[in-house]
Parts: sequence; C-alpha cells; structure tokens
Amino acid sequence: MTEMVYGTLPQRDGEPILPRWWRTVDKTTMICVFILFGIGLLLGLAASPPLAERNDLDAFFYVRRQALFGALALVAMVLTSMMSPRLVRRLGVIGFLVALVAMALLPFFGTDFGKGAVRWYSLGFGSFQPSEFLKPGFIIVAAWLLAASQEINAPPGRGYSLAITMVVVGLLAIQPDFGQAVLILFAWGVMYFVSGASISLLLGLAGGTLVLGTVAYRTSEHFAKRIDGYLSGEIDPRTQLGYATNAIREGGFFGVGVGEGQVKWSLPDAHTDFIIAVAAEEYGLVLVLFIIALFVIITVRSLMRLMRERDPFIRLAGTGLACIFAIQALINTGVAVRLLPAKGMTLPFVSYGGSSLIAGGITVGMLLAFTRSRPQGEIGDILLRRRY
Amino acid sequence: MIRTPLRPLARILSARQRGENPDAIERENIRLRHEQMRDAARQRAEGRLLVLGALFVVGFVTVGLRMAVLAASEPTEPRAAATGAAILAQRADIVDRNGRILATNLVTNSLYAQPPNMIDKERAARELARIFPDLDEKELLEKFNSKRKFLWIRRKISPEQQQQVHDIGDPGLLFGPREMRLYPNGRLAAHVLGGASFGREGVNAAEIVGVAGVEKEFDDFLRDPARGGEPLRLSLDLSVQAAAERVLAGGMKLMNAKAAASVLMDVETGEVISMVSLPDFDPNNRPPPPRSGLPSDSPLFNRAVQGVYELGSTFKTLTIAQAIDEGLVTPDTMVDTTGPLRWGKFRIKDFKDYGPQLSVTDVVVKSSNLGTARIAQQIGAERQRAFLTRLGLLQPTTVELAEADSVKPLVPDNWSELSTMTIAYGHGIAVSPLHLAAAYASVVNGGTLVRPTLLKRDRAQKGPRVVSRETSLAMRSILRQVVVRGTARFGEVEGYRVGGKTGTADKPKERGGGYYEDKVISTFASVFPADNPRYVLIVTLDEPEETSGIKPRRTAGWTAVPVAAEMIRRVAPLLGLRPEIEMAEVDRVTLTSN
Repeated sequence: MTEMVYGTLPQRDGEPILPRWWRTVDKTTMICVFILFGIGLLLGLAASPPLAERNDLDAFFYVRRQALFGALALVAMVLTSMMSPRLVRRLGVIGFLVALVAMALLPFFGTDFGKGAVRWYSLGFGSFQPSEFLKPGFIIVAAWLLAASQEINAPPGRGYSLAITMVVVGLLAIQPDFGQAVLILFAWGVMYFVSGASISLLLGLAGGTLVLGTVAYRTSEHFAKRIDGYLSGEIDPRTQLGYATNAIREGGFFGVGVGEGQVKWSLPDAHTDFIIAVAAEEYGLVLVLFIIALFVIITVRSLMRLMRERDPFIRLAGTGLACIFAIQALINTGVAVRLLPAKGMTLPFVSYGGSSLIAGGITVGMLLAFTRSRPQGEIGDILLRRRY
Repeated sequence: MIRTPLRPLARILSARQRGENPDAIERENIRLRHEQMRDAARQRAEGRLLVLGALFVVGFVTVGLRMAVLAASEPTEPRAAATGAAILAQRADIVDRNGRILATNLVTNSLYAQPPNMIDKERAARELARIFPDLDEKELLEKFNSKRKFLWIRRKISPEQQQQVHDIGDPGLLFGPREMRLYPNGRLAAHVLGGASFGREGVNAAEIVGVAGVEKEFDDFLRDPARGGEPLRLSLDLSVQAAAERVLAGGMKLMNAKAAASVLMDVETGEVISMVSLPDFDPNNRPPPPRSGLPSDSPLFNRAVQGVYELGSTFKTLTIAQAIDEGLVTPDTMVDTTGPLRWGKFRIKDFKDYGPQLSVTDVVVKSSNLGTARIAQQIGAERQRAFLTRLGLLQPTTVELAEADSVKPLVPDNWSELSTMTIAYGHGIAVSPLHLAAAYASVVNGGTLVRPTLLKRDRAQKGPRVVSRETSLAMRSILRQVVVRGTARFGEVEGYRVGGKTGTADKPKERGGGYYEDKVISTFASVFPADNPRYVLIVTLDEPEETSGIKPRRTAGWTAVPVAAEMIRRVAPLLGLRPEIEMAEVDRVTLTSN
C-alpha cells in the first residue's frame, strides 16, 4: 500500500560502485604502481635537473611536469579500473581507431624534434606520441578478434588480428620506431600463444622473426649500428651504454648517495631510457632490485589472476596488457645491463614522459579492470556437475 | 555459413517422429560443445600463462643478477691518464687563401680527481685553490671527502697550471688530454669562422663540433678522418681582413655609427676576400646567444650576410644597367626629373631639385629618385623582377655559411607599379650587403653572373650572362663619374680610379610601420679600378652621424664613402694593385744616355 501511494524507493541493483570496486580490484598491484610512480618522482629529482639546465629551465621543471602527468595518469588508471570489461572493450576499440588515424597522419603533421624519427605531434605546451596510446587499444582489438575466433562458426579472427598487427607494425616502421613495432608484435604473439597457437606455428614465427631481423640488419644502418654495438664484446666508455654500466658499478650495493651521481650529467637520456642507471648510481643495487621486484609482483599477480578467468576475451586482453607492461620494464632494464641491444624504451611509470605515463596509466587501469575478482561460474560447476 | 552436422542424429530423428522441434536439441548440443571447447581452451591457457609468468620471472631475475654482478665489480673509469689513448677527434685546420692559420687545435689538458687515491686532501684543496683562484677551498675539500670516486676540476688548463698541479704531487689528481679549438687571430673574421664547442666528452678525449659559420657549415668535412687533416682553405685574405676590420672599426667610431659591415669581393671569381661585421666577438670565447633584445643587435649577428637592409640608391645602378641593356635608354638620353611625382597618396621627390631634365648618367651621378623611377616605369614590374632574380637578389645566397641559407631578401608581396618605382631606387626591397656585392660584381665584371663564395677559387666563374659587355662598360664609366663629380667625391683614392654608388636609406621602425626621420643606413657600393674592375667593396654603416658641420650629416657621401675610400687606400696595395698615377709631367723628362 505504501509503495502504491508513494512509489517504490529507488533501488540500485547490486552493490554501489565504489565499495564493489575496492572489494574486487587487485589492491596489491595498484599499490605497487603507486610506489613505482613515487620512485619515478624521486629519481626525477635526481635525473632531470641536468636536462632542465641544458634547456635553460628551472631545475625542477621536469619533476613538476612529471608530477602533473603522473597525477593525471593515476586518475586515468583508477577511472579505467572502475569500468566493466565491456565498457573497456568499447572504449578501447574507439581509442584504437583514433590512435591509428593519428598515427597514419604523422608523416603529414608530425614532428621529429630533431631526433630523426617522426613520432610526435607538437601541441605547444607539450607533445603527444600516438603510438603510446595505440598499444592498449591494439591489445583490446586483437584480443577481441582472437577471442571471437574461438566460437563455433566464428569469423577468422586470427587472420584479421594478424592483418591489423601488420598494418600497425608497418606504420611504426615508417616512423621509424622499431622498438614499439617489436612491442606490438610481441603483444600479439603472446595473446596468440595463450589463445592456443600450435607449437609448430610458433616455431615458424620465431624463424620468420629471425629472417626479418637479418633483413633489417642488412638494410637499415641505424639498426645495424645498434646491433653491432651490442655484439662487440667491449664497451666504449664514451657511449651511453658505457656510462650506464659505469654508473651501476659506481653505485655498488648502496649507492654513492643522494644527488652525488655523475652519470646524469653525461647521459642525454638519463631521465628516460637510462633512469635505472641513475637509480643504480645514487641508491645502489637495493633500489634497483626493489624496482624489479615491483614489476615482478605486478606481472605475476596479474597473470595468476588471469589464469582463473573464464572469459576468453578478458583473459587474452589481460595477458596482452600485463605482458606489454612487463616486457617494457624487462627491455629497459636489460638494455642498461647490456643483456639486450640498445633500444630506446621507457621504464613504465618511472621514466619521464607525458604520453608514456598517461598511456601507462590507461594500460594498467585496463589490466586492473580485467583482473578484478568476479564470479567465474564455479557455482554452476558444482550445481550442474559439468562433464569435462 | 557452414552448418555443423547434426550430431545426435538418433535423438533428432526420434524427436521428429514425435513432432517436436529438433532445433532445441541442436542448440543444446552446440552449447555443450562450446562449453567443452572453452574448458579445453582455458586449461591450455592456464598452462601457457604459467609458462609466460615463469619466463618473465626468469627474465627479471637474470637482469637482477646481472645488476648485482655489475654492482659488485669495480668501476673501470677513469683509467690512468698514462695510457695515452690517441685523440680521435682530430679536426682539420682552417687557413686563409695564402695558407695562414685562421683556426687550429691546441693540445691541452683537463684536470680531474679521484678522491679515493688522494693522499693529503686538505693540502691538495689548498694548493688547487691557490693555482685556480676561482675555486673554493672548502667546497673542493667537501667534494674530496664525499663518497665520489671521480670528479672534474677543470675542463681546460694551461701548461703552467698543469706544471703547478703536477708539483702538488698527489696521485689522485690526474690529467686527461684535450684538444681545444683555437682561433689565434682572436676577433679576426669571427663571423666567418663562427666557433666551436665540445660535443661528447670523455676522460681521454672530447669531440669538437662547429656551432656557427664555416665551422658549422663544414663540420663533417673538417672532421672527416679520410681527408687526413688537410686544411680547409678559405678565400679570405688575413692581412686584408685585418686592415678592413681596423678601418671599419675606426670609421664606425668616427661616424658615431651603431654598427657597420663591409664585404670585399673579387668580381671575376666571386671570392669574398674580406667580410667584416661590427660589433664582433671572440670565437675563442663565443658568447651565448642573447636572451633579450633583438637578435640582430647581438654581436653574434653577421650583418654582412644575415642582415637584410633597404640599401637605398645603390640599387639605381642596377635599374640603369637594365634600362641600358634593354635598349630603353643610352647614357646620354635625357630623362624628365620634374617633381614631385605623385602616385596615389605616395610622393616621390629628390633630395634637392635637379632641374627639369637630366641625362641618364647624371641621374646616377646626382642620384635622382625621380629620374630612376621614371625609367623604372618604362622597364615595368615583370622585367624588373626577372632581372633582379637573375642577379640572385631575390633568393638566399649560396655562400658557404651555416647562417646564409635562411636569409631570404624581403620583397613586396604585391609587386605593383609603385613597388617597381621604389625598388628602382632601393626602397621596398631589403637584401644583405653580400647580395649587393655579388650583384655589383656581376654588372661590372663584363656582365656575367658571379655567386659569392668563401672558398678559394683559381678561375673566374664565367656564369650566365646578365647584361651585355657594352652595358657593363657603360656602367663602369657612369660609376666612375659618380666619384669624380657626383655624390661620392670623398671616394676618390689617387691611383685606384674608384667608381661606385652611394645609398642613404631611412631605417624602418622595428615596431609598427613607417620610417625613422633621423636614422639611416648609409651604404657605399664601390668598384676599383673602375676602368677594369677587379674588386667590389660594399661598406654599410648603421645610424651614422657625421658631426663636423653645423648640422649632423647622415648621407652616405659624408659617412660611408670616406670610410670606404680609406679602406681602399689601405687594402689595395695589399691586394697587389699598383696605383696608376697619370703622370702628365713624365713626357717632359728626356731620358738621355751617353
């Protein structure tokens, strides 16, 4: 009777958004990301004043920018992680298309900032690198296609996703940005692997990559120089790698002390690609191992949570995102210790860079959205006693 | 669409018999198969994700271990200076046309410290502060006592300082070989040479890179090891350059000018023999670019090449040359010079009234704007523009300076008939003094185009023809008369038969439109010797004021011309020109012999 007169109380189905988010999100990973960002700021305090000095700016100009972009990135991460997988997928596809168009138009409107590769749009107050934003979108699209192909009477999603991969890789290669191209290939490879690629095909792909690498080595001087530098056993102490290696040695286990490092004065990329060398010199092995441990925790936890996931799209997209995040960290640190050939790659959340930070925030936000605990049909298993 | 076969055929057949819908059975069947497939995929994915996770852990652990190994090993840098590694960054010398050094390298040393190896840090800090008074003893000691294993103390030190540091005798103080760029002539030809600075830097060597001028333009060339250190030979003549700089600096002071520039060019080869821009700087200690004010007021600014100015009446020479060449006039044609000439709101007038008519020669000699403008009307915009393009006045010069490529002359967007008339006497078009030098050289050398160059040439350029030989001869005679009886009478230098044309242009305001009433750019474009020209000399003074009279005089005839004449008097003998004195008396001397 009361309801008939006054109408029903507004009722929300299910839990309110924030508490549910807090209950289901992977808090450990999120805290690790916050710590990583804090370390990035701390290292930025050490690594970016020389750059600011070279550019005639206030000593902590880049630190403030890093803090600003970092705050934006963390907000983007939290907001993204609140979305439902379906919403993430929709936005991801739209984002992918926008970034793809932006990247295709780079040769006409982009700028190279004098670095020899057209990767950026200059926006006056800063720059924008579409390839950073393309990566998470690409993973969503590719994962969707790969997952769709697992249905009965499904479209040939594998073929489609491979075609898209090749288009993206082609666009990256003309910039040229082989680092990002390798990342995209790697992300697709990982998702394909998890979606159930046959082992013989994977071996074939590995062979193909080897052939492609050889061709690139023969034809691209830029590429060949990097590889030669890697293969030659000794380090010229005047190269970036030489400086980085010496910085790690100087640092020892506990570092030379805050602000005492020298490497940041000689390395042009101390605040981006070689931030780990600055960390090693000033704070020693301890901090480096701590950073690596954070990345391991994020990666492994995410993969573990994805193992329980039953939705193939979520599983694949999550895998791609986690792996692209981890492989960037692995390549960045691997280059600094000369385990890998020199390749410009930022350390997610730690290196300076607006586009890379915000795109990193979106990537991890998506990952968090996918790794939230949700019902996986375990009860159905028990009730229906399904056969395997 | 490929239909999957109906698997439970038996059930479907029986269902049909009972009249039920078999689709439901089929759907259920597909659902079950789908679920089965998904479970299989999930199990496979679980395994593969585990593999991935393990791979990443292994990768990160490897990196961590490698970090640990590196951190535990000893740093290799810096090695002892005694290894004497050869400096690879050999940079070739730059020499003038006669092989005299303009830029070379000096082997010097840098000083650095390795605090862990130091014996007596207090004493070392004290002694260093004594040798280098600008170092602070306390600060040094603090750095020595910190945990640092390496620190730079000085980038460049002199041999005396090196000996003194050596005498401290501390094994923790070490020297690293350095090569530095040295310009032994100081400010001489500063704008041409530009300057160099250190690029990448290590303990044993530092790279030298050019930052401006020919050092930048020929950076790769100078550093090319394949050339074996062969010097870069410029067209400049060191002694002429020195004389020109001194005369111009004196003239600038005497005429109270803010700045000045001069270009001396060989009319046949296009070689720039001297190029001066004042104020200048010392390339050994190149100042940083200015943070405030106009860049064109900085000493770094090369006025002879980078500065584009309205060079005023000096352009009349070019207009008249074209008119004669096109057959529109001869040097004796009479031209209407009644004024003022009204064109819309615009009025063209002369400096003073020259009467109703002047011959073409006198139009130049007296510098009549009215006469020139009327001749330009006959030429027309199209032909004028084509002629100036052929002379290279509308494009950047091809001179070998890093700054030159971007210096585009300023011309009106809309080349109207009024523009044609003003451009005829050098207003509404702004070019650099080097542009003007090349154009004059092309007109007087017999009529073939020359392009300015800073590299030594052996042969005349013999470019495409711009005016006929006859026109060129006529212009030589007209230019000579400007000096003999015209606006440039102070330009006479006995024995060198100077010819030339003056130009006085009001300076445009930096902001807003319009021109200053009391600020001018005065220019003298001269050729010598006028009957067989060998060199073109352009002298430009910025805001000159000759104050010996009652009123300050600013016209080129009173300012730029005497400076140019003095310069010719000084440099002509250095250039190997013999003065030809017309000896009227010689005939009366009878040589006898016994």
